[in-house]
Amino acid sequence: MFTLETTATAAYVVAALLFILALAGLSKHETSRQGNTFGMAGMAVALIATIALALARHIEPLGVGLLAGAMAIGAAIGLWRARVVEMTGMPELIALLHSFVGLAAVLVGWNGYLHVEGDPLKYTAGSEAAVLDGQGLLGIHSAEVFIGVFIGAVTFTGSIVANLKLSARIKSTPLMLPGKNFLNVGALVVFIALTVWFVISPQLWLLIAVTALALLLGWHLVASIGGGDMPVVVSMLNSYSGWAAAASGFLLSNDLLIVTGALVGSSGAYLSYIMCKAMNRSFISVIAGGFGIEAGPADDKDYGEHREITAEGAAELLESASSVIITPGYGMAVAQAQYGVADLTRKLRARGVDVRFGIHPVAGRLPGHMNVLLAEAKVPYDIVLEMDEINDDFDNTSVVLVIGANDTVNPAASEDPSSPIAGMPVLTVWNADNVIVFKRSMASGYAGVQNPLFFRENTQMLFGDAKDRVDAINAALSEAAHAGN
Amino acid sequence: MIIGIPRESHAGETRVAATPQTVGQLIKLGYSVVVESGAGDASSFTDTAYVEAGAEIGGPWAADVVLKVNAPSDVEIAALKDKATLVSLISPALNPELVEKLSTRPITVMAMDAVPRISRAQSLDVLSSMANIAGYRAVVESAHAFGRFFTGQVTAAGKVPPAKVLVVGAGVAGLAAIGAAGSMGAIVLATDPRPEVADQVKSLGGEYLAVDPAGASEKAEVSTTGYAKEMGDDYKAREAALYAEQAKDVDIIITTALIPGRPAPRIITAEMVASMKSGSVIVDMAAANGGNVEGTVKDQAIVTDNGVTIIGYTDLAGRLPATASQLYGTNLVNLLKLLTPEKDGQLTLDWDDIVQRSVTVVRDGETTWPPPAVQVSAAPAAAVAAPVEPKPAKQPMSPQRRLGITFAVAAVLFLLIAMSPAALQVHLTVFALAIVIGYYVIGHVHHALHTPLMSVTNAISGIIVVGALLQIGHGDAIVTGLATVATLLASINVFGGFAVTRRMLAMFSRS
Repeated sequence: MFTLETTATAAYVVAALLFILALAGLSKHETSRQGNTFGMAGMAVALIATIALALARHIEPLGVGLLAGAMAIGAAIGLWRARVVEMTGMPELIALLHSFVGLAAVLVGWNGYLHVEGDPLKYTAGSEAAVLDGQGLLGIHSAEVFIGVFIGAVTFTGSIVANLKLSARIKSTPLMLPGKNFLNVGALVVFIALTVWFVISPQLWLLIAVTALALLLGWHLVASIGGGDMPVVVSMLNSYSGWAAAASGFLLSNDLLIVTGALVGSSGAYLSYIMCKAMNRSFISVIAGGFGIEAGPADDKDYGEHREITAEGAAELLESASSVIITPGYGMAVAQAQYGVADLTRKLRARGVDVRFGIHPVAGRLPGHMNVLLAEAKVPYDIVLEMDEINDDFDNTSVVLVIGANDTVNPAASEDPSSPIAGMPVLTVWNADNVIVFKRSMASGYAGVQNPLFFRENTQMLFGDAKDRVDAINAALSEAAHAGN
Repeated sequence: MIIGIPRESHAGETRVAATPQTVGQLIKLGYSVVVESGAGDASSFTDTAYVEAGAEIGGPWAADVVLKVNAPSDVEIAALKDKATLVSLISPALNPELVEKLSTRPITVMAMDAVPRISRAQSLDVLSSMANIAGYRAVVESAHAFGRFFTGQVTAAGKVPPAKVLVVGAGVAGLAAIGAAGSMGAIVLATDPRPEVADQVKSLGGEYLAVDPAGASEKAEVSTTGYAKEMGDDYKAREAALYAEQAKDVDIIITTALIPGRPAPRIITAEMVASMKSGSVIVDMAAANGGNVEGTVKDQAIVTDNGVTIIGYTDLAGRLPATASQLYGTNLVNLLKLLTPEKDGQLTLDWDDIVQRSVTVVRDGETTWPPPAVQVSAAPAAAVAAPVEPKPAKQPMSPQRRLGITFAVAAVLFLLIAMSPAALQVHLTVFALAIVIGYYVIGHVHHALHTPLMSVTNAISGIIVVGALLQIGHGDAIVTGLATVATLLASINVFGGFAVTRRMLAMFSRS
């Protein structure tokens, strides 16, 4: 009744359900840790079942050693990276992990070919190829190999480039090859042609060709996307890595892989969709790259003059405020100002000021990145709100601190239909009584669009390094507290 | 350099040119400050407070820079030392003989009321800061003279209706009046020839009354001076009709229509005043220039035969001396910041700076009034009128189209799956359902947890290790080798992904 095969299948179903529970657990902060535990349990169930299956299939002793060794080394590397990674470095790590999935999918696909179509004994009765052929499935198998390798290779190089761009080891400016859209579409057309050929006549050189083609395509796709679009790219690659896993699942007839791949794939797609909506861009245009070039016409409009404020002045304003909203952008993380901001938050809350955070969906280099950075600095998560949750509250807010954000608080997006970022949902900070903008200089943001917010009557600029300025405000507040006592 | 703050000699003046707080800011700019004894008494700033802020009490007229509120008297002009700089209100356009007198001395004189109305100079615009205070005070004066509540109330003794306030002119003073009256609970109506102020009126809780909607299609009144302009005759007739109608209805009228250097326009006629209810109050903020209201007496509050009080005080800002001094003092500090770029206490005049040029009426005994004209930036909207075709708004998909697309996709899927062999169909079923589950589950993930979501999906997509594990160790060395590498990579994902998620989730804490 109980065979190893049925037990393994049962284990896979259980694992798949546990994975779904893991993702469902992330819907709320309260259940998120439980969700992660479910995920780990699911993975453990799947791994134990698979290892048992491998042992039952008479794996060679050397194989056992390799298996154990590879898993141990992988585990050690993974745990080590997870322990030491800086939260600002999360985007790089996640991109790197995507590339591993992509590469693994390529290798699994190649093995699938070598084991079936590439098997020198494939014409003897009893070989896998002969069995599949008998069922009329050999062509399907070949297509699965091909598709799996293609998606995996695109994910691999794409993620590597994303990782290099995010870690600033290569320039994040978009690569502008002539006719880049043509190149991308051409690669897809060639891929389809090669697939048909490979299904008819599975030859090794075709597989090599498609691998090379996909590697180049992945590299080109991401290289031609600018640094500011990275949140979309990383979630898109997340999606690809899922589809790569699903393709491997089809290849190996493994439903667990298919389910997991589909979950991850739709997760990444959904995140990309949210990001694109938050930037008011179509998904296609992000993938095609090139937002940076349409930086808008030279902007000689007279916005008037901006006003400056000192750190002491800002401290005074904050002290007398009844409610404060802080809207951080990636600039805050670059300046490592989040700890100072968290300190400021504690000080103000201790004085009875209502402090909250307003997070734009594309703040940071990953979806939800800013929340993690603030959480690391020990800002309680229940005062960190989303754009939609907080946008109506700016009217009743005394002071807004804009730290390292620019395009996400640009009133031109909602008021100036000719602006390149028109229609992008933004935090309506200008409705507050006072806005203090932390900025290095008057330079424009990533989109190259001037920000009329800086010239509003209720806006004051606090120039300098965000960390230094925040520390200065903290110092001024402490001084005031001493003087007051 | 030394800054002197004299006691104001003008009778009835309650303001002073520096408060203890602005003295502190002046000292930060590198100056030393001498305050005449008793200078701040009328504004409730004691000599002790000035000393605590770092000033000395003494004779201000020997200072290098003298800051004053009102224009100097002849005695005061004589008391200034040679090469001194005097900053005060001068009204050079209305007082040419005063400018003449000032230029007989080898001194530099700056008029705080000659600040050009450009955005950059807003922080030193005395007219705006005083108009703001005056607008607030006008409401307080009217409330004082008005025999009823402003706010509506339902009490045990019966219901009290809210007062209706009409504010004529939504400039700085008008907006301040709208805000003050609104926060006291009154119903506030406001008029202004510039339709673009409607939003500002609304944001303060007032209701904007357009003068005859039929005329609204006329070319919008965009001013180039930053002030409202005098309007054409046709417009005036429509305007008069509106005021005649409103006068019968409202309890309080506050008029703020004032065009600098010209007699104030007559807006409320004697008939309109006569049509008002007994007990109503009018505050005419333009009384100094002849008044917007027929019957206004400058500096007095009078009661008409039908019981309407008309208040014509011209010192409304001075009736809030502490606030007025504070804001005036801050305007002066902002001017001195401009004049002391090095913050070294040395006053340097930059003749190329349009603001500094404009305020200087006498330079080293030479008359420099009037300054060259300044194009103000009060209305940047005019420049944008260039043809900008608005981006076509995205049409929400119609239900029919949505249905159509759904059916088309379903049909394509049906064909594809129908063509595939039975063994594949099972997998496709699982695949399709998993995508749908994924979509709904991910849709519920809290936005703040999107980064942990990505790392968890990283970890679970490491499930590809399952495929690699089964390929290890079945004869072919190449296959085993590749599978081992794949296992290694996928294991990094599995362990790294879960561990980093755990670490991140542990960071999130409640307050």
